[in-house]
Amino acid sequence: MKDTDQSSFYLARDLVRFLKLDISLFLLLVVLAGVGLGVIWSAGGESRALLTSQGVRLGVATLTLLIVAQIPPVVLRRWAPWIFAVGVSLLLAVLFAGEMGKGAQRWLDLGFIRFQPSEMMKLAVPMMVAWYFADKSLPPRIVDLLVAGMIVLIPMFMIAKQPDLGTALLVGSAGIFAIFFAGISWRIIILLGVTGVALAPVLWHFMHDYQRQRVLTLLNPESDPLGSGYHIIQSKIAIGSGGVYGKGWLNGTQSQLDFLPERSTDFIFAVFGEEFGLLGAFMLLLLYTAIIFRGLFIAVYAQDTFSRLLAGSLSLTFFVYLFVNTGMVIGLLPVVGVPLPLVSYGGTSMVTLMAAFGMLMSIHSHRRLLEH
Amino acid sequence: MARRQAIKNHELEKRILRHRVIVSGILVLAALSMVLIRLFYLQVVDHQHYTTLSTSNRVRLEAISPPRGMIFDRNNQILAENRPNYILEITPASVDDMDETLDLLGEVITITELDRRRFRRALRRRSQFEPVPLRFNLNDAEVARFAIERHHFPGVDIEARLGRSYPEEGRMAHVVGYVSRINQKELQRVDKTDYKATTHIGKIGIERFYEDLLHGTVGFQQVEVNAQGRRLRVLEYQPPISGKDLILGLDAGLQAVAEEALEGNTGSIVAIDPQTGDVLAMVSVPHFNPNLFVNGITSKEYSRLRDDTERPLFNRSLTGQYPPGSTLKPIMGLAGIHNQVTWAGKTMYAGPYYMLKNDERKYRDWKKEGHGIVDLDKAITQSCDVYFYDLAYKLGIDRIHAFMIQFGLGDRMGIDSTGEATGLMPSREWKRRVRGMPWFPGETLIAGIGQGYMLTTPLQLASATATIATRGERVKPRLVKAIRDSHTGEETQLDPVRLDPVVVDNPLYWDQVIRPMVHVMSRQNGTAWWYAGRNAPYSIAGKTGTAQVFGIAQDEEYDAEKLKRKLRDHALFVGYAPVKDPKIAVAVIVEHGGSGGATASPIARKVMDYYLLERLGLEPEKDKKRGAS
Repeated sequence: MKDTDQSSFYLARDLVRFLKLDISLFLLLVVLAGVGLGVIWSAGGESRALLTSQGVRLGVATLTLLIVAQIPPVVLRRWAPWIFAVGVSLLLAVLFAGEMGKGAQRWLDLGFIRFQPSEMMKLAVPMMVAWYFADKSLPPRIVDLLVAGMIVLIPMFMIAKQPDLGTALLVGSAGIFAIFFAGISWRIIILLGVTGVALAPVLWHFMHDYQRQRVLTLLNPESDPLGSGYHIIQSKIAIGSGGVYGKGWLNGTQSQLDFLPERSTDFIFAVFGEEFGLLGAFMLLLLYTAIIFRGLFIAVYAQDTFSRLLAGSLSLTFFVYLFVNTGMVIGLLPVVGVPLPLVSYGGTSMVTLMAAFGMLMSIHSHRRLLEH
Repeated sequence: MARRQAIKNHELEKRILRHRVIVSGILVLAALSMVLIRLFYLQVVDHQHYTTLSTSNRVRLEAISPPRGMIFDRNNQILAENRPNYILEITPASVDDMDETLDLLGEVITITELDRRRFRRALRRRSQFEPVPLRFNLNDAEVARFAIERHHFPGVDIEARLGRSYPEEGRMAHVVGYVSRINQKELQRVDKTDYKATTHIGKIGIERFYEDLLHGTVGFQQVEVNAQGRRLRVLEYQPPISGKDLILGLDAGLQAVAEEALEGNTGSIVAIDPQTGDVLAMVSVPHFNPNLFVNGITSKEYSRLRDDTERPLFNRSLTGQYPPGSTLKPIMGLAGIHNQVTWAGKTMYAGPYYMLKNDERKYRDWKKEGHGIVDLDKAITQSCDVYFYDLAYKLGIDRIHAFMIQFGLGDRMGIDSTGEATGLMPSREWKRRVRGMPWFPGETLIAGIGQGYMLTTPLQLASATATIATRGERVKPRLVKAIRDSHTGEETQLDPVRLDPVVVDNPLYWDQVIRPMVHVMSRQNGTAWWYAGRNAPYSIAGKTGTAQVFGIAQDEEYDAEKLKRKLRDHALFVGYAPVKDPKIAVAVIVEHGGSGGATASPIARKVMDYYLLERLGLEPEKDKKRGAS
């Protein structure tokens, strides 16, 4: 009996090794995806169709993870400039021939598939930055920083122009995190930070009306309770009325009775907060933190510059998803279209996220053992 | 490559990275702590506040209107009831394309251009989430057709509401009155909470007078609603208490007979039970259909009613004021006896006219050649004017006024309805106050035959006749005789309200005016014998009257036939029966009916016949003298 137990353990271990998975990260992701499906079931009004469709997406995303995990970091590094080049060209194509969707030009119709190239840039930009720094002496020189800056800023602006502030933000931060881990000096970071604050009014000037409205709404949602403030007000009511223990799964009145808008997608955290309360939200944040920290841990133990920068950047980008989404739902940040990673209903971002985790696993499982 | 690699310091890189991972780890924890702190504020500190908001989001307190009390006649025939009225409503927020929806709905049920316009108007006033009525009074077929197609019309619902309905239509309009949409002014008057769900209120008649009893008490329910405002379930329910049912003393059958008897005329009939004051019938023709007012009468229909020269909206029985004419003579005679100005057996010569000293004017009798030698009996039986000119002159207006007002003439009787007029019992004081002129003796003469300034309502005439029937005992005329709790069925009988009686020095005086009233009906020279009195199987006391619509100039002959109908005299009759045990007192006014005897008395006879013989099953009296003599 004990023998079979042991043998099955070894079998599983070998399988994980063969699949190039990081078992702890993978289990954390499975738990998160499971929680996500449970919340979708509640937020979607117990819709079987919604759950199935999300399940299928999760399946596709997991498959993507498995495939990407098989690709050694060396290959990823070799592909990085090409992926980046293709991504930028597609972005150009979107700008000139993209499809309008919900008032923004994001989609590219390739005939057989509708495709959001900006999504691909979430991976392509940090890969490109990591590639660029891979054989440079670090900490980087000013010239290298400028080049890296261009690698980040050009696609970021193209995406912001679509306009898709949320993705631009994620793509930008992914690139910036790679530069950060490359060792950009604190002096420059502080200088850039100060400049950024000083330039905020200029940024304001370039924002679309609806974007400005969102910022104003954040500052005072009650100014327009039935218009742009409605989302925030209802979401705060949902979370606040959840209390410490929550109203219970499937019992959130704000979400079940349609008061909460976008409750399966961007505002799904409000459903969670209403039904599972502060305690549930704390556990969920803990789960996310574990995933982020596991990612950072992988970055620390990565064996080459490219892997280190990529792993660190992807892990922190995952955190940005989480922070921007929850911050928006609880009224800390303006409304920006960023999903709650792996929980929100929707396909594209999930595939990208899982691909990123595939890369992390690849980085971790392709280490040469002699290092240990 | 090798050279560059040499420059790369892997250990330094790793150190930097490890350092930066620690920094970012701390930043991650810091940021997520901010999220947690914020969550703590929302979910713990402000939890109560957001719970309240969440509850007010989903829970709506709805008022439920109480069913209005019903109104029945004395035999429990329904005069006012509540019928389900199907209303098609649209909640604008749930409709994408209103025009398209209206067009498609038009294929399922009838929607007129007027409906659409009314709906559009209402749409502008109401909130997006409040249902707006499109069509009222859907019939069963339309309700069924819509039920089948319903899934094509999100946001469109059929609401069944109880609506007031008057099955007797116009016949009871002036008795029961009607309810109509409550207006701003009325909302000020009533308890706003109690009327929260009430859309209609009594406007006139019993519906108005007994509004408090009929309305009932509002109920409440807490319902859970979703963001679209659709009700999901009832959380708490406090039922409304329905209004009280009212039972009238009125006999719907008698009302119908009376109305039929007036057929083709305009006028009024009031029948009263002299013992209780119950109004047995109260007819005013023409009338109107009160159902028109319940759901909002169109301005066209309303102006048609308002501008009708026959005035169907005018309640003649309570609001109409007519000179009582000769119907007043018995009371005038009683005043004379009581004041010892005349007595039974006292005779005088009555010529064609009466004249006062120092006055050129001839006060004419209706009978051109005069009545000759008359006593009080003959003066009442034949309605001799000259006798009463003389009597009135001797009494003087002050004593006439003082005696008459004891019968309630010249003041409201206080019936439980709306719109009652006072009538007018003139006096010296009144003329000085209102007209600013002294009283002329000639005016006393015409007051003696119930003309001049004197005005009475049909109700007053019926009530005064009932007072004669009971020999001075007076009860307040009333419409409602009992109140019934619609749940328990428990009935509360209302006690008749006794009023100050009319007291004369000797009770036998009553006989001295009642006997001639019987003669009016039973003697061949009585003014109503031919038309109403002969062959009556019970004894009747009555008096005919003719009220001048306008004054006739001196020495001017006048021919009723030639005058336009509008200028013809009103025909009046008052009477009661049976004389020994009075069960019904009736006043009839036929506007421009000409002669009281010919036109009004047979109508009263029909009313009495139906009530006494068919309703009460009275045995014909054995007395042979009556009728044939």
